[in-house]
Amino acid sequence: MADYIPHTTAEVADMLEFLGMNSLDDLFAHIPDALKLSRGIDIPAGVSEPDAAVLFNEFAARNDAAKLLCFAGAGAYDHEVPPVVKALGSRSEFVTAYTPYQPEVAQGVLQAVFEFQTLVSRISGLPIPNASLYDAATGLVEALNMASGVKGRSKMIISAGVHPHWRQTAHTFARGTGHEIVEVPLVNGLTDWSAVDCTNAAAIVVGYPNFLGLLEDVSVARSLADANDALLIVGADPIAAGLLKTAGQWGADIFIGEGQPFGTALSYGGPYLGLFACAEELIRKLPGRIVGETVDTEGRRAYVTTLRAREQDIRREKATSNICSNQTLMAVTAAIQLGWLGTAGLREVALSCARGAHYLFEELKSIEGVVRLSDEAFFREFCVELPIAAEVAIVEMAKRGFLAGVSLAQLCGDSDLSTPGDLSRKMLIAVTEKRTKSEIDAYVSALREVVAS
Amino acid sequence: MIDFAAPGGRASSLPLLGRDVEPTLFEMSVAGRRCFQLRTTGLPQIAIEELIPSAHLNPSTVEIAEVSERDLVAHFTRLSHRQFSVDLGMYPLGSCTMKYNPKFCDAVAALTGLNGVHPAAPASLTQGWIELLWILEQRLVAITGMAGATLQPAAGAAGELTGLLLIRAYHEARGEIRTRILIPDSAHGTNPASVTLGGYEVTTIPSNERGLVDLEVLKRSLGPDVAGIMLTNPNTVGLFEEEIQEIAKAVHDSGGLLYYDGANLNAIVGVLRPGDMGFDVVHMNLHKTFATPHGGGGPGAGPVAVSERLVPYLPGPRPAKADDGSFEWKTTTTSIGRVHGWHGNALVLARALAYITVHGDDGLRRVAQHAVLNANWLRVRLSEFLPAAYDRVCMHETTLSAAALKAKYGVRGLDIAKGLLEEGFHSPTVYFPLIVDEALMFEPTETESVQTLEALALALERIVGRAETDPESLHAAPRTTPVSRVDEARAARMLKATADAT
Repeated sequence: MADYIPHTTAEVADMLEFLGMNSLDDLFAHIPDALKLSRGIDIPAGVSEPDAAVLFNEFAARNDAAKLLCFAGAGAYDHEVPPVVKALGSRSEFVTAYTPYQPEVAQGVLQAVFEFQTLVSRISGLPIPNASLYDAATGLVEALNMASGVKGRSKMIISAGVHPHWRQTAHTFARGTGHEIVEVPLVNGLTDWSAVDCTNAAAIVVGYPNFLGLLEDVSVARSLADANDALLIVGADPIAAGLLKTAGQWGADIFIGEGQPFGTALSYGGPYLGLFACAEELIRKLPGRIVGETVDTEGRRAYVTTLRAREQDIRREKATSNICSNQTLMAVTAAIQLGWLGTAGLREVALSCARGAHYLFEELKSIEGVVRLSDEAFFREFCVELPIAAEVAIVEMAKRGFLAGVSLAQLCGDSDLSTPGDLSRKMLIAVTEKRTKSEIDAYVSALREVVAS
Repeated sequence: MIDFAAPGGRASSLPLLGRDVEPTLFEMSVAGRRCFQLRTTGLPQIAIEELIPSAHLNPSTVEIAEVSERDLVAHFTRLSHRQFSVDLGMYPLGSCTMKYNPKFCDAVAALTGLNGVHPAAPASLTQGWIELLWILEQRLVAITGMAGATLQPAAGAAGELTGLLLIRAYHEARGEIRTRILIPDSAHGTNPASVTLGGYEVTTIPSNERGLVDLEVLKRSLGPDVAGIMLTNPNTVGLFEEEIQEIAKAVHDSGGLLYYDGANLNAIVGVLRPGDMGFDVVHMNLHKTFATPHGGGGPGAGPVAVSERLVPYLPGPRPAKADDGSFEWKTTTTSIGRVHGWHGNALVLARALAYITVHGDDGLRRVAQHAVLNANWLRVRLSEFLPAAYDRVCMHETTLSAAALKAKYGVRGLDIAKGLLEEGFHSPTVYFPLIVDEALMFEPTETESVQTLEALALALERIVGRAETDPESLHAAPRTTPVSRVDEARAARMLKATADAT
């Protein structure tokens, strides 16, 4: 048994005496005895840190996926996180602080989040960012709640090109809000807006690129939103901002995105970073915290969490969001990572992803039986159909040193509106700036071998 | 005798450096400067216009900032020096459990074999992760006295909403339409907000003069339309709901369920279990009780454990052990569905399991015992000049009231909080819970020494002395921090949320 309690036995005795008590049990004397654990909780006895380290090293050693060259994406990408970002992002002043309730001693986190918000605004092309949400799935849920609060309607139109886990999360929370969610199927990988009646919709949601990696014509969704007085929510890959039009440029009212590519390791899916920004006129319904610039009593520039009147601790049951803690450390890290990348670096990363993905796509054409699912334009990720089950191919590719991609059947379940028919042989493949030509060539050789065997 | 000479948790030596404004990253930017370095890919340098149709390309460039690595490091290091943290000193923020965050747990989260794993990698390649999470679920179930758990919720508030959706699924499966959730007036603000998002109406239960739920009012509020009650126990003033068994019986008798807000679990971990008190749903804030670092406001983790009857509805997928001993992900057909994009805040979950593994059952019990000891020692030590709102044994935190100081000298709770900053301590939670006038809620946690508690008490004594002799100095506090009090009204009135806003 180990712990981090400083008290010596003598000190505990003195402290109890000060309280007029004889034992630590006396502190709990006012609690009914029937409730007290007589034999402790049923978990193993504590061990020292070095003993525990053995256990955790074993867990780590049995995650073979960590050793593979990563071509998996589906919303989680293997980007460069340099030592300088890791060092700054793990500074204990950022790591062990809490929500900046006392701005006089929290200017560090507050300014870093202000800088993060500025970057989210630029990347999204929308003026009002928040201080982050848990992840992009939460971003979608909060965006829908916001749309319903603004429009007073509950019908939500969501493209099946939006990440399946985000859609599933939206369905879960709709159990409480009563939102009616209508999913729009894809045809040839792109949203078939003609298949849906948007009348009375509060929001229209589209992925850009969509989760199959393809570039949707967002202007169609914008026109539908205009025609039906609905808000347009665009879920965009933030790395794409280095090359592609921003959500704001497409006319989005709300931008949501997964910020993991900005400095956060793959981390088995969390903690990630929900990016969120909206148009000026929606600010009173903005979920989560927001940092604003102001001055102190001596007129110096200072930062503080603001528009607090929207938040749960003040509005209580009238609040439109229950968000309290968010993902501040990931937001700070994203600001650091973007500072490291700079204007040129973000563009270089986006370009390198696009070039690598397109090169891989061209090379895969040489493998018989590997068919691309759509001929529409893509950014850094695409979907193929294999002659064998994707899950089998992924396991075989792992033996050759590659995390080959993501099985659509595993990601979506057995069926999904995004892709008609049998999903089991379909695989999503992503390329980041970390993959070289020789790695991609080796991947193609390995996949050729795997599908042939 | 205690030697009070070495208060390790006092940060008054900290200069927090200069008092000039730190420029923003954007103000430091010089066109053409760069610091990124990427791999040499060897890929053909094809023009982007040949890969992506021009309709999709941004005709302009998204400007970030252009700084050197040296300036980047200096900027964020200076920002870090303008920030209070647990590692610097005592952070007695009530209801937030700002205990020491063991570095060992960070080292676990830094293992490449954990943080380098893609969340969609198949189970056969992630056996270590699934087993880790499966064990954590079992530990949390044992600690709370429940039957099953979900690790997905990313924070306490997410856990609350998940729990309410589970309660909803339970009643709906039984064909019962229940519309109300009872909440004490002392509850955290997230409780009523979550209730609304869960599709329920809030009925507020007043506290009695002892700071506890008024059992008679509670009983009168129950009925066939009540889905359940959300309680924090110990409650938000730091007191144990002594009639919890009667409360549980009354709620269950009327067909409702009991939700346990685990924000205050640090007071009872290893000593009592919410399941034994009669609760059906428990969320835990791993960033509180299990010491995962708060990150300046997240990431947290808010797993939800439930009693047997709610297990079928738990969010999926959940980690499971197959007959052959391997680990896999499973979702029941009755699950309410996902509440997170992937598996929850996995690295936070790994840190929590590291903490639990080191402590074991005995270590966790010592955590609660010493947290309660520290809070009571502080309560009694302060009682002569800063009385507790409820004068009896508290749990892991104590709620004091500055109402008398306000009446006598015009010094408010906020002034005392700001005075503490000058003294090298973080402030307590102020103006919460709402039921206490001029509330100051102190939660010392078990990791502060008695020397640090004494130093805090002496600092508060000096502040109360200043309230009497020089109240103006407290209204002007803090003066030793990077900025003095900030104009919050201006921040809201003339919102500037980005460096680009005008």
